[in-house]
Amino acid sequence: MSLLIGTFTIGFILSLLALGVFISFRIFAFPDITADGSVTLGAAVAATLMVHGVSPPLASLAAFVAGMLAGACTGTLYTRFKINSLLSGILVMTALYSINLHIMGKSNVPLLSVTTLATQSEQIGLKLMRGAVSFGLAGWDVSVRDASVLGAVALTVALTAALLYLFLRTNLGMAMRATGDNVQMVRAMGVNDANMIVFGVAISNGFVALSGALLAQYQGFADVGMGIGMVVWGLASVIIGEALVGTNELGLTIVGAVMGSVLFRLLVAVALRWGLSPNDLKLITALFVFCALIVPQLLRKNRMRSAHA
Amino acid sequence: MLDIQGISKTFNLGTPNAVCSLRGVNLELTAGSWVIIIGTNGSGKSTLLNSVAGTFLVDEGEIVLAGRHITQWPEYARAELIGRVFQNPFSGTSPSLTIQENLSLAARRGVGRGLGWGLKSSLLAKMREEVARLNMGLEGRLENAIGSLSGGQRQALTLLMATWLRPELLLLDEHTAALDPKSADLVIALTEQVVVRDKLTTLMVTHSMQQAASLGDRLIMMHRGQIIHDFQGAEKRRLRPDDLLARFGDVRRAEQLDETAAEMLAEQYI
Repeated sequence: MSLLIGTFTIGFILSLLALGVFISFRIFAFPDITADGSVTLGAAVAATLMVHGVSPPLASLAAFVAGMLAGACTGTLYTRFKINSLLSGILVMTALYSINLHIMGKSNVPLLSVTTLATQSEQIGLKLMRGAVSFGLAGWDVSVRDASVLGAVALTVALTAALLYLFLRTNLGMAMRATGDNVQMVRAMGVNDANMIVFGVAISNGFVALSGALLAQYQGFADVGMGIGMVVWGLASVIIGEALVGTNELGLTIVGAVMGSVLFRLLVAVALRWGLSPNDLKLITALFVFCALIVPQLLRKNRMRSAHA
Repeated sequence: MLDIQGISKTFNLGTPNAVCSLRGVNLELTAGSWVIIIGTNGSGKSTLLNSVAGTFLVDEGEIVLAGRHITQWPEYARAELIGRVFQNPFSGTSPSLTIQENLSLAARRGVGRGLGWGLKSSLLAKMREEVARLNMGLEGRLENAIGSLSGGQRQALTLLMATWLRPELLLLDEHTAALDPKSADLVIALTEQVVVRDKLTTLMVTHSMQQAASLGDRLIMMHRGQIIHDFQGAEKRRLRPDDLLARFGDVRRAEQLDETAAEMLAEQYI
């Protein structure tokens, strides 16, 4: 049971990453690789601040801001210096590796003896349950600590997703969505499209960094290598989410990205349980995204062929 | 209102493909005038429109609109003064946004965009009213994505968007060329309505001699990056499509004359 709860918790935490990838890849059609670096950046900033006694919520917020800065760098490279979008992301991601090491001062910062959002929500949960360590749920013995962390994470994600939805429907947010859709029209409407892209990639990386910060607090350490392959992971979640909701309606696609992340984490947990080697995880993830990208093409080809026949 | 002084533009400068699209064009528009631009392919008529819109910066010359020197302004900044409808019906709207979201973008053309709620109920009411006036039955479908509409419907909406806030200048770039005849007539009727109603200063490129003869109060004809004819007042009103075709015939004959003369010279001197 605690394994299942852990799976859901990580799924929700990584859904913030999926939302970040959704913003860059789907809304702006901007393949942003910076995310691999900004997951770690968020973790590094939050962990280092908390070790130095900063309160966990404030440290997480700082991680969000740091991610935004990284994203703004990528966006600026792309818009101001006309560097290819993929290369812009790769440059910033590579630079972030050194920056992250500088922030942490070493390759791994443990958080086991530090107050984090995870330990804080555990304490709140224990207080609410008046000291009981576990409760029964449908015949299972559920640890109060695990459940309260899951609850806190789910609440955070719901709140963030709602904020994102509302933001994308403001004047600014609509201008951003239109920028990814039709640059010519957006300029004709007096929108500075370069600024929109910089700001959009910044927000995207803010989400990603926040996801990294929460992940570090949940697993109890920040590690310089924890961001590797995260973009593909996020993309897989977004693709699953789109398949789940099957519409372009904004609110549903956001919900879909969150659901996709949780479902993907579940699938991975099941696969690991069945004996998949953790070493193969990234390979499988990449293969999955590859298939998800080509299957629609094959389907379309088949449909055309049968339409001709 | 619009004052264009000696603008020139060469594309691919310094390469073998250099194309001189505008050669020292001068044009002055008084407020409220509706100027039609016609010309042969590659005559620079769309380039002229785009240079005013700011799609690129001109190499030489000066553009003044409503007393503002906009020659060096980026495209998005000029949008504060200019409304545009493009030739391609897909260019003027954002397909994955709904009709009402597109219109709300237009309601803030050239105005700052902050965290204000985009779809206020007062704005929505005005949208229903204005969209109903298009007579396309779209007022009940404001929450549909624009991507689901036909080219004519999109072009009508683009026109509505371009004129939602009264622009100092309206630019129409062959905005009915990609439409079927029925939709084209409809969009032209809507264009006439709004231009006359709001007394908009308008520059309109067209390749329909019918439209060129019947619309507007002034007509300029372009050829090889220059204005070669400028019909105004009574002269413009008397113009018929056949007159315009005859003028094009003259241009073509003069061209051929140039070519045979060049050949003769080549034979004699090379």
